Amino acid sequence: MSRSFFARNPSVLWFILILAVFTLAVTLLSDAYGVAFVSTSFVKTLGKTLCLCLVALAMDLIWGYAGILSLGHMAFFALGGYMLGMWLMYARTEEIVVAALAEGVLPATAEEIRQGIATQIFGVVGASELPPIWVFAHGFWLQLALVVAVPGVLALVFGWLAFRARVTGVYLSILTQAMTLALALYLFQNDSGLRGNNGLSGLQNLPGLGDVSQDRLSVWFLWASAAALGLGYALLAWVVSGKFGSVIRAIRDDEQRVRFLGYTVEGYKLFVFSLTAVIAALAGALYYPQAGIINPAELAPIASIYLAVWVAIGGRGRLYGAVIGAAFVTLVSSWFTGGRVPDLPLGFYTVQWVDWWSVVLGLSFVAVTLFAPKGLAGLFDLWQGLRAPNRRGAPLGPDDGALMEREARE
Amino acid sequence: MRSLYLALALCLSALFALPASAETAAEIVARNAAAIEKPSRQTIGPVIAELAASGDAQAAAILEAWGDKRLGQRKADGAFFIIAKSADGWALTDLAGADAGTAAKGDIAELKPNAGVRGLIATALVQFTLSDPDRAKRVAALESIAKDPKPEALEPLSASVAGEDDPVLRAQKERLVGLLTIRFGATSQARVAAIESFGRDPALDLRAALNPLVATTRIAFAGEPPAGANIARELKPGRDLTEAEAYDLLVAANLAPARLTVDEARHALAANLKDGAVGGVPLADLSRQEARDRAYNALEAAGTVPPAATDAEVAAAVAAHRFAEAYAEPDAAVTAAAAAALGRIGTAVGAMQAADLALDALSLASIYFLAAIGLAITFGVMRVINMAHGEFIMMGAYTGYVVQLWITNYTLSIIVALPLAFAVTFAAGVAMERLVIRHLYKRPLETLLATFGISIALQQLAKNIFGTQARPLTAPAWLDGAWVVNDVIAISYIRIAIFALALVFLAFFLWLMKRTRLGLEVRAVTQNPAMAASMGIDPDRINMLTFGIGSGIAGIAGVAIGLFAKVTSELGSDYIVQSFMTVVVGGVGNIWGTLAGAALIGLMQKGIEWFNPSNTLAAQTYMILFIILFIQFRPRGIIALKGRAAGD
Repeated sequence: MSRSFFARNPSVLWFILILAVFTLAVTLLSDAYGVAFVSTSFVKTLGKTLCLCLVALAMDLIWGYAGILSLGHMAFFALGGYMLGMWLMYARTEEIVVAALAEGVLPATAEEIRQGIATQIFGVVGASELPPIWVFAHGFWLQLALVVAVPGVLALVFGWLAFRARVTGVYLSILTQAMTLALALYLFQNDSGLRGNNGLSGLQNLPGLGDVSQDRLSVWFLWASAAALGLGYALLAWVVSGKFGSVIRAIRDDEQRVRFLGYTVEGYKLFVFSLTAVIAALAGALYYPQAGIINPAELAPIASIYLAVWVAIGGRGRLYGAVIGAAFVTLVSSWFTGGRVPDLPLGFYTVQWVDWWSVVLGLSFVAVTLFAPKGLAGLFDLWQGLRAPNRRGAPLGPDDGALMEREARE
Repeated sequence: MRSLYLALALCLSALFALPASAETAAEIVARNAAAIEKPSRQTIGPVIAELAASGDAQAAAILEAWGDKRLGQRKADGAFFIIAKSADGWALTDLAGADAGTAAKGDIAELKPNAGVRGLIATALVQFTLSDPDRAKRVAALESIAKDPKPEALEPLSASVAGEDDPVLRAQKERLVGLLTIRFGATSQARVAAIESFGRDPALDLRAALNPLVATTRIAFAGEPPAGANIARELKPGRDLTEAEAYDLLVAANLAPARLTVDEARHALAANLKDGAVGGVPLADLSRQEARDRAYNALEAAGTVPPAATDAEVAAAVAAHRFAEAYAEPDAAVTAAAAAALGRIGTAVGAMQAADLALDALSLASIYFLAAIGLAITFGVMRVINMAHGEFIMMGAYTGYVVQLWITNYTLSIIVALPLAFAVTFAAGVAMERLVIRHLYKRPLETLLATFGISIALQQLAKNIFGTQARPLTAPAWLDGAWVVNDVIAISYIRIAIFALALVFLAFFLWLMKRTRLGLEVRAVTQNPAMAASMGIDPDRINMLTFGIGSGIAGIAGVAIGLFAKVTSELGSDYIVQSFMTVVVGGVGNIWGTLAGAALIGLMQKGIEWFNPSNTLAAQTYMILFIILFIQFRPRGIIALKGRAAGD
């Protein structure tokens, strides 16, 4: 116990160091603060990727450590985006409406401004009144509190219901997927109060910072995303390093036994579920101002499954694995689907990567699951000469969900 | 002798009079040439009636030609002809129906009756078509009257009922007479009697006839109701309608001045801005509504703006007037009878709607059951989460589409497609089990992810091969149309076929699991593979076959689903969550549970849609919420396995 947290978790320092170097490098190469080598849109892509890494970290905690394959964390991510997006859109529209009304002879009343904002935002779905859920949208801090509160409470209620009923394993996965689908379908309605399938748009324009160019804003967001990712990494490393981390790993490996030992399994699971939901929401709140638009399609169940794909390819059960997986898969995906990869002529057929990338991704995912359950992060083990004894596929623990490599290493 | 002469004279006059009354249509036209040349709605009526009553078969043709502006007059002698365009002018047919050669364009003046006259002609024509010897024409005439009921149609229609010898058409005519009488009957007694005669018939046409009778508008009046108004009920401001609505009614009826809107007030204030102040209120203060009101009042007092109704005046005006809902139909006896009839019908319709809803729910349930039954095998029995199950459904649907490209006979193509879809998806399932799932039996969460990877790949593959647009999978003609009980209850044959297919699969599943060697071995292997293996069963082979059969059933379900849904690469993913829900809600490992789950989900979804018909998205949302709550109370589904089979 005498060793410090950082000494016990060397990856935290390494991670923060690499993140800092990366951020600094991008800053120095950016349009706004450097030699203009990296385009603004690519800086945004990198910033968004950092946010996705953060949500992948959350996914790793809930799945890799606690063994709960949640297929709903992208819903929390999008909810966070929606909550902050409400303020961004409201405040930005308010600026525009106030400017427009200032043209008039009489000074505008508060009622006129409110009406103007409502028509501006909701004209597209045929409404002219602000729905009640926008009651806090005028206040940045209020809405920021909602970024944490709404997904947090939703996760708390849903998790309490699900864990209390002892829904586990694949059933829980399906249930979380159903929750995501329900939320997405709800938001697709025009009278949901969040502009239906139009979603919230124009989020890249920060209120009050209209004269700051997107070049600089993108770098600022990169810094914010990097800071959030660094903090998130340290926080989660701290969470999983102590006794708490041991308990949640034990729950993953044999839930019944932990319960018989006297731990309140449901409480631990609920805490992890809600904490990761909040982290996902914060990541979303940073992500969507960089993306500029959010709509209910972001909540589609497939998004959450992709999240699991990133973590699995990166290597679950270790935090840096999740980050590597998210960064690697999203960047390679955007590279392939962006049409910048040359076609592959096979003589009889030309492989166009825009069309075939999903096939490759899907199959490589199968391959990773089958042959490299440790994912990309397993390469570090090879590098360090760690190798699990070959048990020819026999399970280590009595539970079906038990991971095989973890105990072998410790 | 005198009397004899008289009788003779009478006979003679009768003899002479007889041809006069049996004039041919051509003679009538000739006699009324002047009126026909320059017809007007007022004067032409008797002529048309005379033509219609002449009994000459040619009259209908003449009237029809006249109405269609195909009647022409030769300028030279004023004779009338039915004209048709020909190469060099007009082809003429005389009014007796004989060919009359041709005429140059300039020789003929076309008769162009105005819309009013054409209306009269059309009405007169109705009775010809209503008693036309050709049955098809009578049916068409009835349909056109039913589609666009007009008061003029009532009389000829009731006249034609007696002469109708086709019992079906006679019943239709009598019904239509009743419907027209409800709307246009001459006396209030006749209309009430017509309403009563229908009893509690739930047909749409009757309701379409009754509903306009009980339609109301809101009116405002001071003192007594206006004469002739048929008041449905009086409205109390504050209870039945808001004060604002009441005042709007007053404004609309010109009983009160319009209220000042915010916009008008702003314009008035802006127009009276002087020296940085309006009515003594400084401009900077006008960002508050209260200050604006003060400024407006000051302007009003100075007489520069028209007075606007204040809240107190509005309240006073509303209090001084009465408000009511008035029927558009002035006859109180008719509206009362119509309201009573609609009330009677309402209960009958409600019962039938419930029946129709149940049928809809049943059909939705059978679709879910069909989509889920493959899962009931792979997930329910083998406990393998196959996220690519939806893609097997899709593969089945695309197999059907490809078969239809080769075999154009739809019936034959479906017969070929069903086993072929089974074969294709069976092979795909076996391949997937051998290559992937076999290695992951101990790691269910990873099966989920690996099969999901396959699902992504298969979906994109389908997109690459078939494109993103929807492909048609056409049902055979004998599945087109619907089984219609009455205007409320109807269900399409495809849905009935899917229901039947679901039953067949249920029977097949039960037979396979309970009555065959394979079923026995499957159950043995899923309960205890090691024990089963020591009894001489090859678990690998059984797993492979079971998974293949589950996948194959998904393929057949795909053909069935493709018949009514559009075949796209996303077809499967639309059903996958619902399918898993069906299995989980029903209770894993029990086919009756899956059936109950499908029934519950279908019923729930239709039930919620019934409460909020415009919004199927909300229905799905609430259904999923319901399922999440349902799992709370029965975590193992409706029919839970007990004991060892539950695997606890």
